[in-house]
Amino acid sequence: MTTPRPALSRRGFLAGSAVAAGAFSLGFHVPLDAEAAPGAPEINAWVVVRPDDTVVIRIARSEMGQGTLTGLAQLVAEELACDWSKVTTEYPTPGQNLARNRVWGDFSTGGSRGIRESYVAVRKGGAAARTMLVAAAAREWGVDPAGCRAEKSVITHPASGRSTTYGQVAALAATLEPPKDPPLKDPKDWTVAGQSVKRLDTLPKLDGSQVYGMDLTLDGMLNAAIRDCPVTGGKVRSFDAAAVSGMPGVRKVVQVGETGVAVIADTFWRAKTALDALPVVWDEGPNARVSSETIAAVLKEGLDAEEAFVGNKAGDVQAALRGAAKVVEATYAYPFQNHATMEPMNATARWTPERCEVWTPTQNGEAALAAAAEAAGLSPRQCEVYKIHLGGGFGRRGATHDWVRQAVLIAREMPGTPVKLIWTREEDMTHGRYHPVTQCRMRAALDEKGNLTGLQMRISGQSILAAIVPGRLGPDGKDPVTFQGLNPGGAEAAIGYTIPNLLIDHAMRNPHIIPGFWRGVNTNPNAIYLECFLDEVAHAAGQDPLAFRRKLMANHPKHLAVLNAAAERIGWDRKPPAGVHRGIAQIMGFGSYVAGAAEVSVAEDGKVKIHRIVAATDPGVAINPQQIEAQVEGSFVYGLSAALYGACTVKDGRIEQANFDTYPVMRLDDMPAVETVLVPSGGFIGGVGEPTIAVAAPAVLNAIFAATGKRVRQIPLKNADLRRA
Amino acid sequence: MFKLTINGSVREVEAEPDTPLLWVIREQVGLTGTKYGCGIAQCGACTVHIDGQAVRSCSLPVSSVSAEQKIVTIEGLSPDRSHPVQKAWAALDVPQCGFCQSGMIMASAALLAQNPKPSEQEIRQEITNICRCGTYNRVLAGIKLAAEGGEAGRG
Ligand code: FES
Ligand code: FES
Repeated sequence: MTTPRPALSRRGFLAGSAVAAGAFSLGFHVPLDAEAAPGAPEINAWVVVRPDDTVVIRIARSEMGQGTLTGLAQLVAEELACDWSKVTTEYPTPGQNLARNRVWGDFSTGGSRGIRESYVAVRKGGAAARTMLVAAAAREWGVDPAGCRAEKSVITHPASGRSTTYGQVAALAATLEPPKDPPLKDPKDWTVAGQSVKRLDTLPKLDGSQVYGMDLTLDGMLNAAIRDCPVTGGKVRSFDAAAVSGMPGVRKVVQVGETGVAVIADTFWRAKTALDALPVVWDEGPNARVSSETIAAVLKEGLDAEEAFVGNKAGDVQAALRGAAKVVEATYAYPFQNHATMEPMNATARWTPERCEVWTPTQNGEAALAAAAEAAGLSPRQCEVYKIHLGGGFGRRGATHDWVRQAVLIAREMPGTPVKLIWTREEDMTHGRYHPVTQCRMRAALDEKGNLTGLQMRISGQSILAAIVPGRLGPDGKDPVTFQGLNPGGAEAAIGYTIPNLLIDHAMRNPHIIPGFWRGVNTNPNAIYLECFLDEVAHAAGQDPLAFRRKLMANHPKHLAVLNAAAERIGWDRKPPAGVHRGIAQIMGFGSYVAGAAEVSVAEDGKVKIHRIVAATDPGVAINPQQIEAQVEGSFVYGLSAALYGACTVKDGRIEQANFDTYPVMRLDDMPAVETVLVPSGGFIGGVGEPTIAVAAPAVLNAIFAATGKRVRQIPLKNADLRRA
Repeated sequence: MFKLTINGSVREVEAEPDTPLLWVIREQVGLTGTKYGCGIAQCGACTVHIDGQAVRSCSLPVSSVSAEQKIVTIEGLSPDRSHPVQKAWAALDVPQCGFCQSGMIMASAALLAQNPKPSEQEIRQEITNICRCGTYNRVLAGIKLAAEGGEAGRG
């Protein structure tokens, strides 16, 4: 069987994907103006009901594998009381959001916000639509809506025995006044939300029919490959287009902004082949001598600097250290890491002097629209972005849209012709938005009884906000994201310990390598620094690391509850199997409480085997437990990949690792058994796509100490010598 | 001009001889289910079957494949997602972003064709594809479920 290459027009493409997807239409869809045509009334911005009772639920956030699409649809469907088997979804476009005064709110999908920040709005949308559908039926019957019931897309009026379906009253419902503030169900009464329903987007991922950005084909489309200056801050000096313009398929060789060159050809492979042969001379600029060593020296200076931004302070830590019976001190470090989404960056753009359209996988359609408009030299209202399912996001496709900018600049060289830009893996690895690099000096004061009387934590290094969203820095220039998991309080990322004398501060040092939000963000290093060091302090005090922590956690019952749950599941109070050793860690991040516990063995030759890892999570409310389990497993893979292998190093101003041969990641053979303990305590909703990542590394590092007596204070573990002496 | 037998039909394609089979499949033949992830035989996203063997098509020049060899891509694994691996994947909701899954499914199907009841150790050794979303444990469970046969249809 062969599938002909779909030749798709601009609008046709959008519908075509739904056909290819078979039973489900997903990801992108016929634009809403077509959807709202007679016969398929829009009840409100979130819900369209077709005459055949199909319910189209609109999803403003992006699906990148994390299950947000299904989870959000569950929340709407729950309040809508519709038949779950008839639910389908679509993405409204950022342009439509703009045109309708942001009726769908924020499109941004990062910081594990996909569900939790839409939690109330989408349920209200579903509840309002249900109220309108019921009111429409009641009006047709001439009865009081209060006497009607709605369940599984069927409306009944028990008193008269009448019934109808959503599809039959949708047209009338769409004309009714929406209710102001529809009441919401108590989560304990949920029947669709809170359940482990199957994902809505699985089937097209099983037969190759799911269209990712890289797979897009438009009529008359050309392909482009790009090389950006390998050194950030450098630019193109010259290139010899004539040397490659006669190569097969080549249409044009173009400069992209000040820093890049691209070849446009009929196929991507021919574009790439010509680009590889293209002579380019770079002006590498002021960063051409920077290396990992010079960066480390700058950060090390920050460890002792006078000035630092204070993130959390209590008592007088200097006095506590001076008066301590024992002082423990250690310095940790965290490297640059690439997101390495499975699908490299890509975007397709078509530009004319009046209009610019972009098709791209993005975590933030509105930011993509802004980037496209700027590069297009047009107003956002003249531009549109069509979001496509992401082949992974992890933060790379959210805050900065460098690849969208490039695609539009390239398309401007070919007015009217769609051009698809695909990054090679090498381009993707060397032009990332890397996990920020930091070092951290920890000092602890213990009294004679081994009580922790003071803790000093100095973080030195990179600020994500300063580099890519400086508008979100505090008025004094402080980057609050640096203190994730260490804050004195709050609903997002509070520290889980009460320490009488405490100082956590940040000496900001910004190397030229551009950082980004990397799944888990600053909870990753912060959990290693705090949780591994507390393990060191517990040992220095001659105490069990779990018992030592518990003494500091009386005021932090939710942190303590997940720590206890992880400890209980791993069997902390029983002996591990011979040769196996345990470690434990906890943190709060993205509004959720998480703890991890690992069982590890280390062979004579230093090889680490992770046998089992447990996560306990309190996200407040669980929308889809089986998908939370999938997120926890995925988070451990991401976090353990980072712990075992993840490091990008810098030489001559550029990132040295260019592909998976030099930037290894975890594979199936490394994968431990994962156990997920869900302890939702209610009353709030936290994220689940990220927080677990942070506890993977410290739980394993603490277990490695238990196994070897060696402290690894800098990941990745592949660089540590764990051989028995 | 090269002749290829893909998913049962013969296709003639124009390409330079050193063009990787992956890009011929994606760009000349138009079957985009087979993915590009690394181009250097590291990740397995581009896995197809050639005469029943799992092959990383990004590292195989089109000129090295003859018209007699049978190439099967994810689109041709079954007409209706009915291959036991596809059924097991659906039953367990294996994919997250899904970008690696064409390759995972093709690698798993080839493994089961050669070794219908692999041990866990054998699965761990043989399936070396990269999944950045971290679906490994569901992949492992999916292969076991598919190997059990009839069970795969449930759920
Ligand atoms: S693309 Fe072929 S192995 Fe990665
Ligand atoms: S499911 Fe996303 S890379 Fe495997």
